[in-house]
Amino acid sequence: MEKAALYHFDLTRYAWLRRLLTSRWPQFILRAITLAGFVLVILTGFIGSPVGSRNFAVMFVWIAWWSALKLIMLPFGGRAWCSICPIPMPGEWLQQGWLVKPGGKMFNLGLRWPRRLRNTWLQSAGFAAIGLFSALTLTTPVVTAWIFVGLIVVAVAVSVIFEQRSFCRYLCPMGGFIGLYATMAPLELRPQPGLTPVEKGAAAREWPRGCPWINNPAALKANANCGLCLECLRTESGANMALNVRSFDAELGQPGAFRLDEAFLSLGLLGSVMIYSAVFQGPWGALKNAALNAGSGAWWSFAAFFLLASFGLLPALLAGASALVRRTGNLAQPLQMVFTLFSRALLPLGLLSWIAFTVSFAFGKLAYLWPVLSDPFGWGWNLFGTASVEWQPYLLSATPVIETVLLVTGLIWSGRTILKTAEQLGVRGERRWAAAPVLLFALAGTLTMLWLLIG
Amino acid sequence: MEKLAKILVVVLILLVAAVPLLGQQIIAQPETIELRARMPENGGWSQEFIYGLVNVPIKLRMTSDDVVHSFALAQSSLPSVEIFPGKFSETELVFDQPGEYTFYCTRWCGANHWRMRGTIVIEGPASSDQPTSVPPLFLQLGLDLDAPHFARVIPSNRPESARASERTNALPDGLTDGENIWSKSPEALWKDLKADEDLDDQSVWDMVAWGLNQQGSSGWMGQGRELYTQNCLACHSESGRGDGVMVRDLPPMNHDKMGSEATRPPDFSDPAVLLGASPALLEGKIIRGGMGTGMPYWGNIFTSEQIRSLVLYLYSFQMELEERP
Repeated sequence: MEKAALYHFDLTRYAWLRRLLTSRWPQFILRAITLAGFVLVILTGFIGSPVGSRNFAVMFVWIAWWSALKLIMLPFGGRAWCSICPIPMPGEWLQQGWLVKPGGKMFNLGLRWPRRLRNTWLQSAGFAAIGLFSALTLTTPVVTAWIFVGLIVVAVAVSVIFEQRSFCRYLCPMGGFIGLYATMAPLELRPQPGLTPVEKGAAAREWPRGCPWINNPAALKANANCGLCLECLRTESGANMALNVRSFDAELGQPGAFRLDEAFLSLGLLGSVMIYSAVFQGPWGALKNAALNAGSGAWWSFAAFFLLASFGLLPALLAGASALVRRTGNLAQPLQMVFTLFSRALLPLGLLSWIAFTVSFAFGKLAYLWPVLSDPFGWGWNLFGTASVEWQPYLLSATPVIETVLLVTGLIWSGRTILKTAEQLGVRGERRWAAAPVLLFALAGTLTMLWLLIG
Repeated sequence: MEKLAKILVVVLILLVAAVPLLGQQIIAQPETIELRARMPENGGWSQEFIYGLVNVPIKLRMTSDDVVHSFALAQSSLPSVEIFPGKFSETELVFDQPGEYTFYCTRWCGANHWRMRGTIVIEGPASSDQPTSVPPLFLQLGLDLDAPHFARVIPSNRPESARASERTNALPDGLTDGENIWSKSPEALWKDLKADEDLDDQSVWDMVAWGLNQQGSSGWMGQGRELYTQNCLACHSESGRGDGVMVRDLPPMNHDKMGSEATRPPDFSDPAVLLGASPALLEGKIIRGGMGTGMPYWGNIFTSEQIRSLVLYLYSFQMELEERP
């Protein structure tokens, strides 16, 4: 209990905050606003200027939202964005017929998501697909609009066919990314410590109504599975749930299982950020052209390289490093277990790499946002008097320093977690050096990112 | 409460959807035309035709979807407007005569840059003082632009107009007739003068250079150089050898196989090429373009004066010409 009190602080102990969180209206209003923003993105993408830097769709989604997600919401709030994401809203309305009132059923077959697909493979595939077209998506408003329309259509279709928020849990490409890195967020929704079996049972009885993310709230252990929708707080046994502030390391620092699909997603995301950095920050014009010209021969080569490097080469290298650790450390656990646990230990490096990559372009391009706020369609409007604000990069000289600090922090954090994981696997005492191959893997990843971002 | 939530969502979405409609009505200027520039391989100008009325301003708001382009109005002295990716450039055009006006890109934006052209169609009443057009000289003379025209008589030294200008008091009458000079190749002019004048060969060549020099209006040298640099250099090259960056991979020109394959342009550094071509013939080639050679037509792009300056500038590859003070 002492340890739990040290690392977890229950925010819902404050009555006013619990009231605020249990009321559906604040969250609903935020979601309604983000839905309106979502519609504006689609509109500007389709009928606004095709010049990315002058269009709200590109600037708001890929500069403002995408940066804010990685720099603030994800590292500090975990799945905070999922809490106010508007994508499931239309489908949920159709599915249950309500927006702020619980329960109900309108158009819903209520099927359970296929057992074989209850993992992150589809989310990995979706994120990789977006990555393959990233150069086009991040610069072309109409492509961004089509992606948003596609997300809404798929989310609505899944809501009608399957139960609850199956789309968010198993299909949303961003959901996989956010969920995996939310493991390190200092915010969690968990059952109150020391619940009696009766109290746990009460929560379980309310499942799944009490959790649109199809969890048993009383058994919630991982941020990846919790969308912070806060519905469990609003059930009759909601008092048994708590929204905690915790240390960044609270979940990752504990022994935990990691599935093979999660391991591949972890390494796929690490590989993706390296390729994103090479394409967007590197000096290689041919690579940029290949990434941009979707469908061309060069693009197919780029796509093959992207997939092989992210989901083939990196897993192969880590599997090799894991095999060395297993052999030199005389570990009895199967290789798959060693590999998956080490890929889990690399999550901090992955997250900090994404943050460093975001820093590399977010501050440089932030100034494009001001004209777009006054002229979202790029039609020559000047709603707030900022249409003529000239572009200028922010924090230009500080950016390499910030990136280096972030990447070194990621390396240290991952290094610590690798050593802790090795210890949990049985690599102790004089055999501690056996974890060196995985440490070297993390070091190589960090140096690669430093080279790509700083040169 | 549930009803209120649903109304709120619908109202918010409708409000957002109304933004472009209301904004267009309240804020946007309806006469502004957005013109997007793209490399010809990517679609060229977003509008091939722009329609307007006589004496009604056309406001263009331009941006580039790919590389740097430049908007220019053909046969006009209006300065070109640079178009940068991610930025908007604006210009306003007013036409006092109905007709079709060509606009084009003046930046070498890609391999097919010269195809980047569009038309502004202006309708309305014509003013009475519209000048009547005279057919260019090459049509009046019925010149065959594609016939070989190599000079057989070549000067031993580079002709210089300055040397001849020192003898202006003694210049023959044939050099004061502009149409005579414009219709004859330098070689033909040299032969005429040589038959009439008792001068050494080089002095006659200097006179030919002087005669050509007199055909340009004030500032022709600078104008010709600028036009050549902007529009011809990529193929004809800075030296005039016809080995510019756009044609380096092509074989040299072969008159016996004209039209059978793409070749480099003629070599202006070869005296036989330019001294056998009359100004009228060069003017015709510029107006019409090189049929089947890939050279674009410039007749609807350049003014007569601009073409004249360019023709004279071409002779500067073989002669020392200088602008009149």
